Amino acid sequence: MENIGLLIDGFGHILSWNHIMLMMVGVTLGILVGVLPGLGAPNGVSLLLPLTFSMDPISAIILLSCMYWGALFGGSTTSILFNIPGEPSSVATTFDGYPMAKAGQASRALTLAFVSAGLGALAGVVMITLLSGWVANFALKFSSPEYFAVYFLAFASFISMGAQSPFKTLVSMMLGFALASIGMDTISGNLRLTFDIPELIKGVSFLIAVMGLFGIGELLLTTEEGLRFEGIKARVKLAEIGRTLIEIPRYWLTIARSTIIGIWMGITPAGPTAASFMSYGVARRSARDKSLFGKGDPRGVVAPETADHSAGTSALLPMLALGVPGSATAAVMMGGLMIWGLTPGPMLFADRPDFVWGLIASMYLGNVVAVFLVIATVPLYASILRVPFSIIGPIIVAVIFSGAYQVVNSVSDIFLVIGFGLLGYVFKKLDYPLAPLVLAMVLGDKAEDAFRQSMLMSGGSLDIFWSNALVAGLMTLGLVLLLSPLAFWLIGTLRKRRDDVAPHGDGNAAV
Amino acid sequence: MKKSVSIACIMAAAFGVAVPAAAFEPNRPVEFVVTAGPGGGTDIFARTIQAIIAKYELMKTPVVVTNKGSAGGAEGFVYTAGYEGDAHKLAFGTNNAYLLPVRAKVPYKAEDLTPVAALASDEFILWVNGKADYTTAADFVAKAKEGGLKVGGSQSKDVDQILTSMINDATGAKISYIPFKSGGEAAVQLAGEHIDANVNNPSENVGQWQAGMVKPLCVFKSVKLSSEAKVAGDQGWSDIPTCKEAGIPIDNYSMPRTVWLPGGVEPDVVQFYADVLRKVSETPEWAKYLADTSQSPVYLSGDELKSAVEVDGDSVSEVLKREGWLAN
Repeated sequence: MENIGLLIDGFGHILSWNHIMLMMVGVTLGILVGVLPGLGAPNGVSLLLPLTFSMDPISAIILLSCMYWGALFGGSTTSILFNIPGEPSSVATTFDGYPMAKAGQASRALTLAFVSAGLGALAGVVMITLLSGWVANFALKFSSPEYFAVYFLAFASFISMGAQSPFKTLVSMMLGFALASIGMDTISGNLRLTFDIPELIKGVSFLIAVMGLFGIGELLLTTEEGLRFEGIKARVKLAEIGRTLIEIPRYWLTIARSTIIGIWMGITPAGPTAASFMSYGVARRSARDKSLFGKGDPRGVVAPETADHSAGTSALLPMLALGVPGSATAAVMMGGLMIWGLTPGPMLFADRPDFVWGLIASMYLGNVVAVFLVIATVPLYASILRVPFSIIGPIIVAVIFSGAYQVVNSVSDIFLVIGFGLLGYVFKKLDYPLAPLVLAMVLGDKAEDAFRQSMLMSGGSLDIFWSNALVAGLMTLGLVLLLSPLAFWLIGTLRKRRDDVAPHGDGNAAV
Repeated sequence: MKKSVSIACIMAAAFGVAVPAAAFEPNRPVEFVVTAGPGGGTDIFARTIQAIIAKYELMKTPVVVTNKGSAGGAEGFVYTAGYEGDAHKLAFGTNNAYLLPVRAKVPYKAEDLTPVAALASDEFILWVNGKADYTTAADFVAKAKEGGLKVGGSQSKDVDQILTSMINDATGAKISYIPFKSGGEAAVQLAGEHIDANVNNPSENVGQWQAGMVKPLCVFKSVKLSSEAKVAGDQGWSDIPTCKEAGIPIDNYSMPRTVWLPGGVEPDVVQFYADVLRKVSETPEWAKYLADTSQSPVYLSGDELKSAVEVDGDSVSEVLKREGWLAN
């Protein structure tokens, strides 16, 4: 294998104490920006970018990419501990990660998240190593209809997620679509739903919505329930980390499936957020015993985390091979590449193999370094939960508000966060699901753009979604997934055998 | 380094033209507002200037770069215009600064911003897929007259779509336009043969050209590009014919990279930043940036800039008017 030889050369380029130090620094900074909601990987990387102007490109990309890995890991931490996703892509981790932490299994949830994330990332790098040439060509087959089909598939695989009534899911999803359409519309170039309010022309940031809906919403509920975290009495034991590590192989099927979803979404490039949602949806659907999902099922942590990281890693391949960033962070790094005098694109592999394979080699090492560093922090983070709520609660509020301000340095976003917090509280009280709203906000405008571009291309004919094997396959798969719950429901009612759906509530979170 | 700069300052002061005793100097960090997302052309433009200012210590206070690229850049311009009289906010953009208020109902007017300088001019090239049959722009136009060809570009009713409309108007072609989020997306769509052409800036397609996935037909400029660098095989920027000689009668179409202050700032503030940017434009790093991104060197400030803005604004508004895209 030619690629393996090149990879070994790549290791030769990066193995120096200097570079290992850069990796540690990058990962540590990344964990920090990942943990702080609002700062996020794209912002963190662009803050660090000026520092790299004077470095050689290989050192610079090692620093930036390691920061990216660190941020991906850090984002999961707050999702699990406080129900506040530090990164958009770790929203799906809150669904089961936070209930696990509430049930006293914070260390277990964190360890599961970090290890499965590390495995996902490594799978992504292995894929890059082996398939770089083929994948780059495959990604070229994707145009607007194919993108729409992928987004449609993500929606469809998620639609029957909630145990709640389908109408509540629909209401929540439509609200998400409406929020996603605020701001400038790509296809017409006009402003929509801005009501002449200058603050609205930039649209509603997804991060703001998530911090409010999940973070503030959860704090309001906790306050109502008596100012303390429930069930968090468990001591942090190092043995628990070890036990969890032994537990990992049990989830091999979930990990394998999520890796494939993640790699697929990373290279297409729908991005890590879509990947984590889709992987969660698929894991839930394919589980025999669904009753624990949403209440602290370990598979609900493993699935989104694996997919998130394998997608995040794979997203770097389209950037290197095609010059198209698969994620916001990849876009910043691509800007960096150009400042360092490199041209991202198909010729980068031929012109600067030392850079490309050095970067790929640093992905292997960087992720291993990151997993060790984050697992070392598990006891520290888990012990935060033992601080009384009356102390940690206000700190979380302060962190959320400063995070909301940092997203685009806008004071109006702080008020939006409060608004979303109230909305999140009402949603939870009325038993409306939040996940469809979040998913629609993330993918809504992309799906709309892709659909309307397809319609422009075909002159208004829906046939374009069945115009070649790739898009037809994706669309058919999406339709099957979308209609299967209806079919099962019909069969179920015909047999007059309806399972009672367990009522959602935080009281029975203890497993 | 520091010494040589301060000597240069003394020299500049000694020979300088009418530098007032209390000339403006920023006394707190200056915010560079990038009216585009991270990683795009405008972002690299601003960050390169930031790097050069830091290297040559052209300003005493630090520079903070923020990205406000939503709504086609309107977010950043609205934000900057909101700081009327603030001498520590600079907006970095293209001609979108004065085109956005014409084509969309954005909450600012071009008069709410003070032009400081234009530092580069990005060119437009007609690109087709590397495997396409046409070898000249005339072939392409002949095919386009039959209808059914699709051009993809960045944003809607923006520079790319305006140019497409101008091509249709000048040649009688019937090209339809598909808006994407960025020129990078349009580049990949062309490489994958999902669209028939794009009118990307050189830097947006250079990677694909190197690999032979796309090829240039002509450049929308009155003279050929000057860069001698070879990109794909023996072909380089200076080998691309001008569109006028190749069969599309559009003489000159380019996009200035511009810098703006909020409205209501003192003239000495404008002068200060115009001088800093002029010094930036004279460094070897700037020449390297222009060469790397295949842009043409330009430096405009003061009245020259104002009249250039007017001329460009008028000619583009004409297209917007013809297509019925005027917002007001």
